[in-house]
Amino acid sequence: MELTGAEIAIRCLQEEGVEYIFGYPGGAVLHIYDALFQQDKVKHILVRHEQAAVHAADGYARSSEKVGVALVTSGPGITNAVTGIATAYMDSIPLVVISGQVPSYAIGEDAFQEVDAVGITRPCVKHNFLIKDVKDIAPTIKKAFYLAKSGRPGPVLVDIPKDISNHKAEFIYPGSVNIRSYNPAGKGDSAQIKSAVQLLMEAKRPMIYSGGGVVLSGASAQLTELVRLLGFPCTNTLMGLGAYPANDKQFVGMPGMHGTYEACMAMQHCDVLLAVGARFDDRVVGNVEHFAQVPRKIIHIDIDPSSIAKRVKVDVPVVGDLKLVLDQLLSELRSSKQKPDASGMAAWWKQVDEWRVKGGGLRYKNSTEIIKPQFVIEKLYEITGGDAFVTSDVGQHQMWAAQYYKFNKPRRWINSGGLGTMGFGLPAAMGVQLINPGATVACVTGEGSIQMNIQELSTCKQFHLPIKVVSLNNRYLGMVRQWQEFFHGNRYSESYMDALPDFVKLAEAYGHIGIRIDKPSDVEPALKEAFARKNDLVFMDFQTDPTENVFPMVPGGKGLSEVILSEDL
Amino acid sequence: MRHIISLLMENEAGALSRVAGLFSARGYNIESLAVAPTEDPTLSRMTIVTSGSDAVIEQINKQLNKLIDVAAVMDLSEGEHLERELMLVKVGSEGAAREELKRKMAVFNGRVIDESDRTCTIELTDTCAKLDSFLQAIGSDLILETVRSGASGIGRGERILKL
Repeated sequence: MELTGAEIAIRCLQEEGVEYIFGYPGGAVLHIYDALFQQDKVKHILVRHEQAAVHAADGYARSSEKVGVALVTSGPGITNAVTGIATAYMDSIPLVVISGQVPSYAIGEDAFQEVDAVGITRPCVKHNFLIKDVKDIAPTIKKAFYLAKSGRPGPVLVDIPKDISNHKAEFIYPGSVNIRSYNPAGKGDSAQIKSAVQLLMEAKRPMIYSGGGVVLSGASAQLTELVRLLGFPCTNTLMGLGAYPANDKQFVGMPGMHGTYEACMAMQHCDVLLAVGARFDDRVVGNVEHFAQVPRKIIHIDIDPSSIAKRVKVDVPVVGDLKLVLDQLLSELRSSKQKPDASGMAAWWKQVDEWRVKGGGLRYKNSTEIIKPQFVIEKLYEITGGDAFVTSDVGQHQMWAAQYYKFNKPRRWINSGGLGTMGFGLPAAMGVQLINPGATVACVTGEGSIQMNIQELSTCKQFHLPIKVVSLNNRYLGMVRQWQEFFHGNRYSESYMDALPDFVKLAEAYGHIGIRIDKPSDVEPALKEAFARKNDLVFMDFQTDPTENVFPMVPGGKGLSEVILSEDL
Repeated sequence: MRHIISLLMENEAGALSRVAGLFSARGYNIESLAVAPTEDPTLSRMTIVTSGSDAVIEQINKQLNKLIDVAAVMDLSEGEHLERELMLVKVGSEGAAREELKRKMAVFNGRVIDESDRTCTIELTDTCAKLDSFLQAIGSDLILETVRSGASGIGRGERILKL
């Protein structure tokens, strides 16, 4: 029996086992929405803005091992989605975004709601397709899912013109995909792995630097085993938090701009650095020339060859899927029977521990008068038993959440690391909550970020998503304010948030519970009360210290050892 | 340093813009770019002339390989190779000047493909450097138009880029 293109598209999603899609209807996707209406396997979550649809699909993918799916219309539908797509692209998140397009015969005529979706998304997708024949829909969607999740994952766009979604064809879903020009890496080269083991065994001051790739590859268990077997210090980047348990003594904290002193110093002064699924981001290594001043050997394992030797020189590159490569590395280490140099390691740990003492740990001056944002995160960690899914927006609150919430499991920390997208947290939390029903989901945000997608409180109401919004409201765009204080002579240009809404009333207006917390002594009771409400979304508006800054800090363009510990040092 | 990179890609709409977009988005130079289908109509072959440090060239090769539509990449300048560029140049010349032009053209193995009373159009195929020399030899004053194809490159002998 022949089906319409729209029906075929939905059947493809069913074949892929897609349970939820996030979207917003419009003219060019009416046929697809009609097909969606006539089945009940794929459930649709109606967001209030297309950016949120993509962030929600993104949170869904980050907190599971599934591909997130979003459906948007042509023109403004897809342009609104672009921020979400770019966010997923920067953090290598597997998404399939289906967009409607004006009818194929109208393409290029500046038709109503026409935009060159393939052109506008090209720099921020792993790949994209414009469908020209109804027969291509099924094989293209099959390819889109395969591309999104294989190799280095990423978002894939499928643009379907309206007329094609109404043409008919036989539905045949391909069993497999073969793309001759695309061969994602599998195992690592065994000679390179032998060289890596050699370097690791000779190291006097080794360091393991693990990134988001470990989470994406599902290689957290392998990484943990490797770190313990070697006995080396380990740092997780912002994207890699949770891949190695934060409570473990070999964990030295996050590196980089707002990393711990010991992580920064160990990165800078190690003699062998094992980089696993990390990309030497400017926020991690700071100034690359400064980083290169200390001679060290670098082993870099990554599935994407273009991530290797992009910003720093690499001595032993290993291209492959981290899970497989780490297994190879573990078996090579075991069969080599060599052990790391014990006396060298003892001296190195002594040094690392000295840095731990000198850095003084993550710290802040608590107050009984005014709520310190770090205190809220510490309490959030305690009250949720360290087991919540925590999404965040972007800014100071994001850094405090990354620092003070100790992530011991992968896929629990959901944030926009690469693109730094404000407005990510709440919609991402919706996706997280849907794929993890019953789990505790907290969205750590600020009064600036939350307003970028606050309309999603309405979506949360419609779909009964009991997210806990932890808003650190300091009446400033805090990270902007911090940089203005440090680098722009205290000229707080446009960083004060005047005329803020009453967030309690706003939450109530959307049908949720709102709580305003003004005093430090009320922080814990408020969090307890909120998290006890398993079935309700609670919006907690914490009035926090507007002058608080994020420390430690490696100022932009500086080297890792030039880290500033705090204002009073 | 100047590099000449050859690649095979799916002959699909938008494939060229993926390559061009990659160069502009990442700030790489393109000196020239030549593309056309191969004997297998589903594949296009592209020759890109670019320049940059070793690290930049390494990234260009890797980034090109990363494009889903790109099936194979070869940096021709890493080994023995040949390159040729086609140039059409229209020169304003009459009488004795034209004889002089033709004499120079013969030295460069060019040929006249069109003549009018006041113009003479020459076709020349050679390395990019040779074409530059020819233009220098005739002098820019007389040149009315120049059209160059950009370099096409191929490996010498057994050095073959094929799927």
